[in-house]
Formats: sequence, C-alpha cells, structure tokens
Amino acid sequence: MRNTLGLAALTALLLCGTASAQDKTVKIGVLTDMSSLYADDTGIGSVIAAKLAAEDFMAKHKDYKVEVVSADHQNKADVGTNIANQWIDRDGVDMIADVPNSGVALAINEVTRAKNRVFIASGPASSDLTGPKCSPNTVHYTYDTWMLANGTGKAIVKTGGDTWFFLTSDYAFGHALERDTAAVVEKNGGKVVGKVRHPLNTNDFSSFLLQAQASKAKVIGLANAGGDTINAIKQGAEFGIVAGGQKFAGLLIFAPDVLALGLKTAQGLTYTSTWYWDLNDGTRAWTKRWDKMRDSAGKVPSMNMAGVYSGTLQYLNAVAAVGGSKDGKAIVAEMKKTPAEDPVYGKTTIRADGRGMHPAYLFEVKSPAESKYPGDIVKIKATIPPDEAFRPLKDGNCPMVSG
Amino acid sequence: MVTIFGIPSAALFGQLLIGLINGSFYALLSLGLAVIFGMLNIINFAHGAQYMLGAVAAFLLLQWTGLGYWTALIVAPLVVGAFGIIIERTLLQWLYKLDHLYGLLLTFGLALIVEGIARNFLGSAGLPYTLPDSLRGGQNLGFMFLPNYRAWVIVASLAVCIATWLVIERTRLGAYLRAATENPTLVRAFGINVPLMITLTYGFGVALAAFAGVMAAPIYNVSPQMGSELIIVVFAVVVIGGMGSILGAIVTGFGLGIVEGLTKVFFPEASNTVIFVVMAIVLLVRPAGLFGRRA
Amino acid sequence: MDTTPSLAVTGSRQPSALRRNGDMIFFAIMIVGLIVAPFFTYPLFLMQAMCFALFACAFNLLIGYVGLLSFGHALYFGWASYVCAYAAKGWGLTPELAILLGTLTAAVLGLVAGSLAIRRQGIYFAMITLALAQMMYFVALRAKFTGGEDGIQAVPRGYLFGLIDLRNTTAMYIVVLVIFLAGFFLIYRIIHSPFGEVLKAIRENEPRAISLGYRTERYKLIAFVLSASLAGLAGSTKAITLQIASLTDVNWPMSGEVVLMTLVGGLGTIFGPVVGAFVILFMQFKLSVVGEWVLVIQGVIFVTCVLLFRRGIVGEIAALFKR
Repeated sequence: MRNTLGLAALTALLLCGTASAQDKTVKIGVLTDMSSLYADDTGIGSVIAAKLAAEDFMAKHKDYKVEVVSADHQNKADVGTNIANQWIDRDGVDMIADVPNSGVALAINEVTRAKNRVFIASGPASSDLTGPKCSPNTVHYTYDTWMLANGTGKAIVKTGGDTWFFLTSDYAFGHALERDTAAVVEKNGGKVVGKVRHPLNTNDFSSFLLQAQASKAKVIGLANAGGDTINAIKQGAEFGIVAGGQKFAGLLIFAPDVLALGLKTAQGLTYTSTWYWDLNDGTRAWTKRWDKMRDSAGKVPSMNMAGVYSGTLQYLNAVAAVGGSKDGKAIVAEMKKTPAEDPVYGKTTIRADGRGMHPAYLFEVKSPAESKYPGDIVKIKATIPPDEAFRPLKDGNCPMVSG
Repeated sequence: MVTIFGIPSAALFGQLLIGLINGSFYALLSLGLAVIFGMLNIINFAHGAQYMLGAVAAFLLLQWTGLGYWTALIVAPLVVGAFGIIIERTLLQWLYKLDHLYGLLLTFGLALIVEGIARNFLGSAGLPYTLPDSLRGGQNLGFMFLPNYRAWVIVASLAVCIATWLVIERTRLGAYLRAATENPTLVRAFGINVPLMITLTYGFGVALAAFAGVMAAPIYNVSPQMGSELIIVVFAVVVIGGMGSILGAIVTGFGLGIVEGLTKVFFPEASNTVIFVVMAIVLLVRPAGLFGRRA
Repeated sequence: MDTTPSLAVTGSRQPSALRRNGDMIFFAIMIVGLIVAPFFTYPLFLMQAMCFALFACAFNLLIGYVGLLSFGHALYFGWASYVCAYAAKGWGLTPELAILLGTLTAAVLGLVAGSLAIRRQGIYFAMITLALAQMMYFVALRAKFTGGEDGIQAVPRGYLFGLIDLRNTTAMYIVVLVIFLAGFFLIYRIIHSPFGEVLKAIRENEPRAISLGYRTERYKLIAFVLSASLAGLAGSTKAITLQIASLTDVNWPMSGEVVLMTLVGGLGTIFGPVVGAFVILFMQFKLSVVGEWVLVIQGVIFVTCVLLFRRGIVGEIAALFKR
C-alpha cells in the first residue's frame, strides 16, 4: 500500500504555507514504525524524542525554526523510499531520523546520499551502514549489529554457552546480526551448529523452535528484534525450551521488550545496549520529560528514542555551526569534526565512517524480587568503552575511509 | 537419540504435530467455505477476516469483561455468526441472481473493511492471548514434547468437523440443506423457508470460522492480518479437495496440514509453497479436485 | 455456471464509425492531459499512476473481454519488476532491455499459470490464479535475487539505448508516457481485432463459441498471456521509474487493488481502467492522512461498486449518454 506516501504529501501541503521564505527553517522527518512489531521500541516515542531535541535547540537558537514531521514506513522499503522522496523533493525535509528496520534504512541511506540530505540512523542495526554501505550523509548514531554481537555474544560464550543455533529474522538486519554474532562466537572458541530464518513479524515460532530444540545447541541466538523476540521467547517457554536445558540469547533487546515480556519470563537475560533510562541524573531527567509528553503510564524510553534525541540535537547544532546550510555532506562533516556532549548520551563523537561512538553496557534483567520501583528492570554487568564496543574503523570496509 | 530416515524423531513428530494443527485450521475453514458455497454459491472471501474477528472477539472479551477462553469459545462464534447473518441479510442477498464472481468481489471488499478497522484499533503486530490455565503445560512423550493446548486444538477441531459432517449427512435438517442446495425451488414448494435456511447457513459457516479464530488466538497471537494470510492457503485447499463434499473438505484440510509438516522436516524451504504445488498437480491430473464433481 | 449473466455489464457493441470517432476524441484528450499534467502535479505520482493504469488495462483485457477474473495479477506485475530491477542493477542492462526482459518473464509466467488456471472456470479460476500468485509471492520472499523483505533497492534508471539519461525527470516521464500509450493502443487494437471479437463471443457464451468451431481454450490462453505480458510491462516500467522492486508489488493486496481500479473505472470499458487507476491512486494520495482507514475506504468502494455501480464510472457515464 502506498498510502503513507500521501500522508507525507498532505503534511507537506499543510506545512508549506508556514515554512516558506524563512531560510533558517530546518525540517526533520521521523520515519519510523508506528503500528507494527517495532512500534513499542521506536514509533511515537521516537517522534517525541525528536520534538524534545527541537525544543531544546530552539530555546538556545531563537533565529531557527525546527519542524518535526513523521510517517509510518510499515516496514516496507518501497513505502519508506516513497515517503523519503516526497519529503525531500516536495516538502523540503532536511534530515530523516530513526528508521528502525535495516532493510528500509539501507534504502533511505541511498535516498539521502543521492539527494545530499542527512540521515540520522538511530533505529536500524545493520553494521553495513558504516561498513560497505557507508555514506557521507549518514550518521549511525545509537548501536549496530557488530556491537550487539561483540557485547552479548562474547559474554555468553565466555560463560560456557559455546554451541549456538540461530533463529534469524529473514532480512538485512537479521542477516547482519547473525553474521556478526557467528563471527564473535567462532572467534571465542564457540561453534554454530545450525540456523533457521523466519519471516519478519512472525506470530507462530513453533516449527522454528522445534528445529532449534532438535539441534541440541546450548544457546539459541535470537537474531531478531521487537515483537519477534518477544514471541520467540514466550513460545519457547510453551515448548519447554528453557526447561530442557537450552538457553535463549536475545541479541537485540530493548527495555520496552523486557517490560512486555515481564520480569518473570525475562529475568536473567543478558543483553547489550548503549543506553538505559536509569543510568544517571541526566537520563532520568530526560525520561521524565519524555514520559510527560508520551503520557502513557508504565512505558520506558528505549535506546533508539534517546538516540533520536541526542542525534537530532547534535545534527541541529551542526546546522547552526555551518550557518543554516542545506548541504547534507557539509553538516555531517561538521558533526564528525565536533564532539558533542549532552545529558542523555553523555560524550559522543562521530567517527569518519559515520559511527556514533559512546560506551555500551552489558545488562542483566532483574528478577521480580530485585525490582524496586516501576521501570527498574536491569542491572549493569559491565561497561564497554567506545573503542571496544564498536568495530574498529579499519575492519569496516567503508570506502570513504579506506579509499 | 532416536532417528527416522536420519531425522531426529522429536523433530519429525513435532513438525507432524504442527502440521496437524495447521491442518485443523485448514479443515475448519475449508469446511465453512464449502458449507457456505453449497447453499449460497458464493466464495466467502471474508472468511479469513471472520476467523480473525473470532480471535479478536476472544481478546476483547478477556480485556473488557475478563471472560476467559472457555466462554469465548462459545460467545465469540455466536457474536461473529450474528454479524455474518446481518451481512447476509443486508448485502449478500442482493447478489444471488448475478454472476458468482460478484459475491467474491463483495466479500473481498468486506474483508478489507474488517481488516482495516482491526488494524486501526489493534496495530499490525500480534497481540498476545494467554493460554487458559487448565491447558497449560505439556506431556513429555519421550520422543517429543507435546504442549497440552496443541493436543486440545486437534481433538476439538476434529470433533467439530465430524459433528458438522454428521449433521449435514445424517439428520433431517441436513437433508433439507442438501436438497435446497440441489433444487431450492422444489424445496420451497414443500413449504420450507429456503431464504431462512440460506441465512442460517451463512451464519453457521461464519461461526465456524470464528470458532477456529478463538482456537488460534493462544497459538498465533491475535493480529489483524492473521486471516488474510491463511485464507489464500485455504482457497488452495478447497481447489484441491473440490467443493463437492463436506468430508472431502475435512480430509483434504488435515491431509495437507500433514503434508506441509513433513515438508518442514525434509525440505523446509518449500514449506510455504508445497500446498500450491500440490494444487497445480491436482489441476493437471484431476481438474475437478480430489473429491469434486464436474459441474 | 456458464448461463449466468456475464460480468462485463456493458456488453459487446459493434464498433461503428461513430463510436470509433468518440474513442479517438477521448484518446486525444487523454494524451493532451498527460502531456500537460506534469506542469501541475508531482511527476513521480503521474508516472506511477500511468504504470498502474497500464496494469489495470492489462487486467481489464482478461475480465472485461474474456470474462475471466484473475485474482493474482500481482504475480506478473511484481515478478516482472523484480527481473527488470535485477537486470538493470545486477547485470547493468540498459533500461529498455531490462524492461523487455521483465515483460518476457511475465509472459512465460502467464503461459504457465494460464494453462493451469483455464482448466477451471468462474470462481475456481479466480481462486487458482490467487493461489498461484501467492505461491510465487513466497518464492519471491525466499529467493536470493529478490532480496526478500529488503527488495531490490537503488535500481539505476540508466541510459535509454545507452544514450538518454533517465535520471532526468522529463526524459523519464516521456518514456513512461510512450510505454503507457503504446500499451494502451495495443490493447485497443486487440479488442477491435477479429481475435478480440472471438474473445467477446467466448465471454458471452462459451459453449456456443465452441460449437462454432473455435478452440476456446487456445483463445483464452493467448488472451491470458497477453494480459500477463502487459501487466509485466507495467511492473517493469514501475521498477525503473521508482527504482525499487519489493514484495508489495507481488503480494495479494496488489492483485486486489488492480481489481478495484478496474471495477471503479468500469469493467469492459476501454478508458475505465485508466480512470479507475487515477481515481484510486489519487484517493490513496489524498486520504492517506487517515492511515489504515484507506483500507477500509477501499473496501467500502468495493462493496458499493458491486451492489450499486457495477458498470463503474466510465460505464455509468456511457449508459447515461445512451439514454
């Protein structure tokens, strides 16, 4: 369905009147999953994050007007491409933010490259965005598959989980996560005994879980995310996977997923993330602001949403630094030149290949007894410094860097 | 580990079980389609949407009123069946004199409406529906782990299918139905209210779909597109079995579920397509379908 | 089943000189309109609409003039776009060769699916075409070259005949316009040829056509392949224009959408599918601010058309003039 395409068009029509003439207008399009399996981890929460960033920026730069529009890409690359084209061609959108779903993100990566706009990728995971597909117009802000593999994969192999079976979401993201994790597992002396790929947004995992069970692997690596991860873990309980001595490794888990699973089911899961709402005073204060705007009791922001905030803010500061230019390459170059610091993500630098560099954390989900207050769901097991958390620049095969 | 043809028995029986469960849904849905087609000469494209409505009704019952699975198993088919009756009275009845394809187009439109509304209110990710406590857990059969709920699905749907078959083939009511299918004018001449029978038949077919939906809710989650994904496979099942016989629809449904399960073991890549391949072969060899009569 | 009234309510009419003149006037209006339109509307939207209009015309050839309802036309549209996109991106073929290859693929698929489907009539025909299309959807989902969920992205528009740079919107627009008009005119010629008259005879009364000595199976199959190829031409052109081939184009809602476009415009009318395609696309364009309600609105249009306006927009207008 191409209906979201029109959404963009209509928002454009409505906004055109107000946005003309003033050249210090910056328009941000949050392209995200509003209704499907990643909606809880991104969606409206990401839009709010972008709005908060716009608010904070405008408070300091009164001469700028920042507008935030949003659309649902329905996890379809063609829908996403259509929206992005219209946003840029007709509505004058300068930057596209978030874009969970690596398949869609890789398409947006090409659109912003061809049209010289900026892409602040917070939602997608594929490490190819700073690898072979890297672009001078893209900043991959929050996390990537290499970091997830390196954090969670290594930790699990080290604690004895040395035979793996992968349950992989069958598209760009799942493939990248599986590839990067398998490499880490094998490098640390583990073995991959099998894998099975499932369609995006699967509701019945039973037949895949049976294959995982039959493989006798100690660890079932979930190279999927959002609703897919939640379903796999829940149905695994029904088929007695954990009772049978196998263990799930959720390679990409967001805080909202933990809430959806419930601590009773999720306790003991280890996962890697670059952000948690309860890290420090800065993150807690921001979460309070976010929560007020989100207006939905019991939700916590994910690292994607925080990444949209910090990435957008850093982008806007760079726009101001280059004097309101629309040249996407120049803005991203400016972002790479100037390290940023904000209360949400702390110190962040953008590397030459577009990789956002900040520490990563290995978290473990608390048991219901350990949880002291609403939203208190994980504890930090380890902090991984930026240089170790992310793939070394030289290993990425990014043409911008090597060539 | 016990192996059969080089496949661990747990995997083989497990996939067979999953095949049987899928087969249960194929059978229930193709049965409903066949019953409706027999009386109304309409291919009910909305059947998938009505199956989804059954699951949604169960979900909402639990959310709003706290009524659990067992109540939903009775109430949801009644409610959705009543909805079907309204549709038959207000929309479908105007089409009986036209080309059958208009029935297909109209019900396709209905399916879009229902799915669209559901998506607006539920989003397109699946919503979890909790298992009833009495059916939690499972049996370790040695060669495989059998979750209780899945065993229940197979038994219950088999029972419903056989009961439906008995009613249609062995009771007086069923005899009227079959007669009205063959020659409505003559049956009307005997003083039987044929339009009422048509309405009730449609309602019953829809209720069967909703029943399947409630059964599916704890396994597949409740999602707006669950019906449209399934209905096309069921169409293929119907083409394979032929619409002529009720028993044919049931046997083909379960049979193809098993075929699909076996494919998952031996050739997983083809598991999504195997039913369609079977359909193509049947069309080449027996165009009227396995149990069909040439019209 | 053969005795029920045919789907195309307009019925067959003798092509009188007067009627032909009328067609030519509309044809001229359409051409002028499409030449002027890009100055007022987003060209990408128009190009997309023309691709869908051609797709709907191809579909209409089958339902409007042979009386066969294919519920799986996305198969030819989508697969042609995949092959075309892959040829342009993976093999670096020029756009005209890529489009040709996509169209040929659709023709071959049409030959295989058509020879299976025409073994049954009416509702069964619809279900079989739908099922075969769904099968190929799953193949597209799993196959390597299609890119699965990701689709084939960033398809180069390339240089037409190795010379004309199609990244230029005007050039691309002219190419799409020429393809659309060529396809449209071809269908017009087919319908008004002796071959087309036989098709209409089959639609009205197949047993009679058989008794007149026509091998109707063969005629139906040829019509099916033609329809599939033209749908493929539309799909290939779309892949080059929008630079992407994805699962959306090969999935069942796309098959439903083309039925809707044709139904709204008027089954069995020459201009109906074009009008229907533009109306439906424009509606999606304007109404999509309401999100998933578009699906509901499409459903309502389906129901309304079937119950009240079976002739569609063009058919109703034509009937009005006849009175």
